[in-house]
Amino acid sequence: MSRRDGRGGANGRDARAVGQPVADLSTIGRPMRKVDGLAKATGRARYTDDIRLPGMLHGKILRSPHPHARILAIDTSRAEAMEGVHAVVTGRDMPTPYGIIPWTPDEYPLCLDRVRYIGDGVAAVAAVDEDTAIAALDLIDVGYEELPAYFDPHEAIAAGSGPFIHTPRKPGRNGNVTKVVRLEFGDVEAGLGDSDVVVEGEYFFEGTTHTPIEPHCAIGLAEGNGKLTVWSATQVPHYLHRELARVLEVDPAQVRVIQPPVGGAFGGKSEPFDLEFCVARLSMMTGRPIKILYTREEVFYAHRGRHPFHMRYRTGATSEGMLTAVDSKIVMDGGAYASFGLVTTYYSGQLLTAPYRMPAYRFHSTRAYTNKPACGPKRGHGSVQPRFAFEVQLDRIAETLGIDPIELRRRNFIGANTRTVNDLRVTSNGFLECLDEVERASDWKRKHRRLPFGRGVGVAGSTYITGTNYPIYPNDMPQSGIQLQVDRSGRVAVFSGASEIGQGVDSMVAYIVAEELGVPLDHVRVLAGDTDFTPVDLGAYSSRVTFMLGNACIDAARKLKGQVQEAVAAEWGAKPREVLLAGGLAVRAGDTGTSMPLRDAFQLAEAEFGTLGATGSYNTPKDVHGDYRGATIGASPAYSFTAHVAEVEVDVETGFVTVDRIWIAHDCGRALNPVLVAGQMEGSAYMGFAEALMEEQIFKSEVQGRAGLHNAPSLLDYRIPTSLDTPALESLIVESLDPEGPYGAKEAGEGPLHPSIPAIANAIYDAVGVRMDSLPFSPPRVWRALRAAGVAGVAGGRREVVR
Amino acid sequence: MEVVRLRVNGDERVCGVPAHYTLLETLRYGLGLTGSKQGCDKGDCGACTVIVDGRAILSCITPVWEAEGREVRTVEGLADATEPHPVQDEFDLNGAAQCGFCTPGILCSSVALLDRNPSPTRDEIRAALAGNLCRCTGYAKIYDAVEAAAARVGGTAPEPVEDSAGPRRAPVERMGV
Repeated sequence: MSRRDGRGGANGRDARAVGQPVADLSTIGRPMRKVDGLAKATGRARYTDDIRLPGMLHGKILRSPHPHARILAIDTSRAEAMEGVHAVVTGRDMPTPYGIIPWTPDEYPLCLDRVRYIGDGVAAVAAVDEDTAIAALDLIDVGYEELPAYFDPHEAIAAGSGPFIHTPRKPGRNGNVTKVVRLEFGDVEAGLGDSDVVVEGEYFFEGTTHTPIEPHCAIGLAEGNGKLTVWSATQVPHYLHRELARVLEVDPAQVRVIQPPVGGAFGGKSEPFDLEFCVARLSMMTGRPIKILYTREEVFYAHRGRHPFHMRYRTGATSEGMLTAVDSKIVMDGGAYASFGLVTTYYSGQLLTAPYRMPAYRFHSTRAYTNKPACGPKRGHGSVQPRFAFEVQLDRIAETLGIDPIELRRRNFIGANTRTVNDLRVTSNGFLECLDEVERASDWKRKHRRLPFGRGVGVAGSTYITGTNYPIYPNDMPQSGIQLQVDRSGRVAVFSGASEIGQGVDSMVAYIVAEELGVPLDHVRVLAGDTDFTPVDLGAYSSRVTFMLGNACIDAARKLKGQVQEAVAAEWGAKPREVLLAGGLAVRAGDTGTSMPLRDAFQLAEAEFGTLGATGSYNTPKDVHGDYRGATIGASPAYSFTAHVAEVEVDVETGFVTVDRIWIAHDCGRALNPVLVAGQMEGSAYMGFAEALMEEQIFKSEVQGRAGLHNAPSLLDYRIPTSLDTPALESLIVESLDPEGPYGAKEAGEGPLHPSIPAIANAIYDAVGVRMDSLPFSPPRVWRALRAAGVAGVAGGRREVVR
Repeated sequence: MEVVRLRVNGDERVCGVPAHYTLLETLRYGLGLTGSKQGCDKGDCGACTVIVDGRAILSCITPVWEAEGREVRTVEGLADATEPHPVQDEFDLNGAAQCGFCTPGILCSSVALLDRNPSPTRDEIRAALAGNLCRCTGYAKIYDAVEAAAARVGGTAPEPVEDSAGPRRAPVERMGV
């Protein structure tokens, strides 16, 4: 186990950890430049909306003004007759239902006969420019019959009869319920009965949304010969490829999806959206390229973000603080469509069973449909909400028993190379080192329960998957593939189907090629994100890419390396394993006087074996989970672990919480580039902080005049943190060297978000003695909690609570 | 269509645009300078930030006519002919650009800051970037990059050295870091 500090990056400022080479690795583990770093810093990177094709038309989508209504009739004739309008499509032009999860196809590219939220797409126009397209939308006449709408998940679940939001799949069922999961492991009631302390709590996690700075954008081009190309700001080009072919009834071999650099995603671009189908269909009708760019308001309505969760937890422990049993009941507000909801419902329970050992565990989760934009996966899919509740429960147990909260977490550590109570295989596990790191770096022992009133520190831990063990549609093919091609010039081309969304995947594969073949980084070209010439990678979701694509890349590179070694060995009369490839040279082991430039080595190999190229692939091991129904969901080839300490200040007069600093310790297996890993840790902690204090994706009620209307669909009103809001973030990288990860690497992109929220909640308690159980911890909420506890709103100002 | 004359990145440009066009629309759709980004189209996110007469402004809420007769500098005009601007280079070295979509605007805010204050404190950098939303980084690596660039612009830090083992720079003691 080693610990590294991700601060300072490539500046060499903090030389004690960053940039210290690992003995046997030359590129991996070092703070290298990104392959697209300069393109992004000079404005040369071309995102989807930066692409302009000759003759391109612009599209716009007409959206429902009603939260729930039948479509009686649509008359597009006036729009079609307008000068400058080339085509109009409605749901009837694309009547095949789809859904990212093959078992829950419940939406259409445009609504067929029913709208289910304000903002649901009804028709789309292609016109010479955006202004004309917008004007044409006003000329489409839609007749609606309004239906009763549901905005509260509990009311949706309680509905006895229709009209439901979706037609029940079996008569007599409630069509307002997406999914119910009930799983129990061990005897929970007996465990709770035998406990010395049982803590019960109710928690509410408000919905939040991704808000990537790049709005969704897509361009469609039907060439008239059957070929269909779609450029899209998507993080799942392969799934988009499949759904475009299926819904539009085009041969998949004729469909090409190109994914330009994506300007942020965070889960918000991980399924097909209406605009991708519309640009394709409109182009098939007009023979012209069509672009649709969402407005920022449309991005808020497209959503697919964090589900609001209503959670009840009972947590039992012995007097020594050892967990005995955990029981949860969760109601999830899913919005109008299933999206990834089937998985979310499982994740809400399945991913809680580490890093602490729990002898008995039960969860009962229900996802309801409501007439609001659909929720889906946001960074830390489905497990951020229960983690908040559970880590606050642990803090309460520690408080009740008089045990230090870090010590309580240490005592319950599940260990490495073990199985969880729900039978998930855990391999490497650096959670204890994460706790040590945040305890040391935050000066925890001097601060916890010892800071002046109004200041406090809190801790929380978490785990997250490194990729899902199974693809979204069942198949036995690799989860990730890659292709390498070696040129006589000494250059290596990488063909990667993975999605660069800012996390650095294009750089990651370049580092691996440089490491394995010994070529300088600037001799590696990465050609990525085009389904016509890159092997399939399933997409940038579930923190799968470094682990899976990284292993595929090692696989391909080592095949090529073997050929180069063999050819050079023959030239030197040596054994292949005596040929080392490093620093742009082939060198004979033990005889550094014998060497040749890699270019010459590649040419020898090409003469021997013909044109040099190799493919590599990765698939997951299948023995990492139990065999109960649902056991595969939550299964992953490896798990990351995280601990945070947050330090806060609470203004008891206003309820305003300031987070001064978050210490983030994360076990990423191995940091292939510590600067990029630290960047993921800081970005995650920032996003968690934002959900804790600021963000809420909420909708107006009847009282506010228009039920179901987004409360604040702009980046001014939906407040995401500016540089002035964001706390100091300190990254502490822990490396547990996973036995199956590429060079030992696991994920870093999602896990480090989880503990931010409970660590801040627990810090608020340390500061003022008030438990915050509803998110976000906005000033009115905190102030009300303080007043209820007798701390705030007292004439004469501050009053300390006795604790 | 109206004819607008702009001085952009040192070039005199003439372009026909609809009368309601903003500076951002003119740059992106009229002149093909797509480096400046549209994130919100209403002045909330800062991705469209460009430098006009030395000041960082939001081009998506600036009518193009207001930029006539002024010096407009965009992300495409920060580098000199052969070298990236030190801020651009440090963004690359420090991992300050993840998805990169807010980056052009943040670079313009940073360069405008360094042009008027070559050695800003971290709090001055934070204040100068308060109008630029970044959703990826948590801003930490961005501060590192701007500070490192300031040291280079001010002559207190050497250029980074590249070798096959990656970018390197002799350790530098920086005041206030």
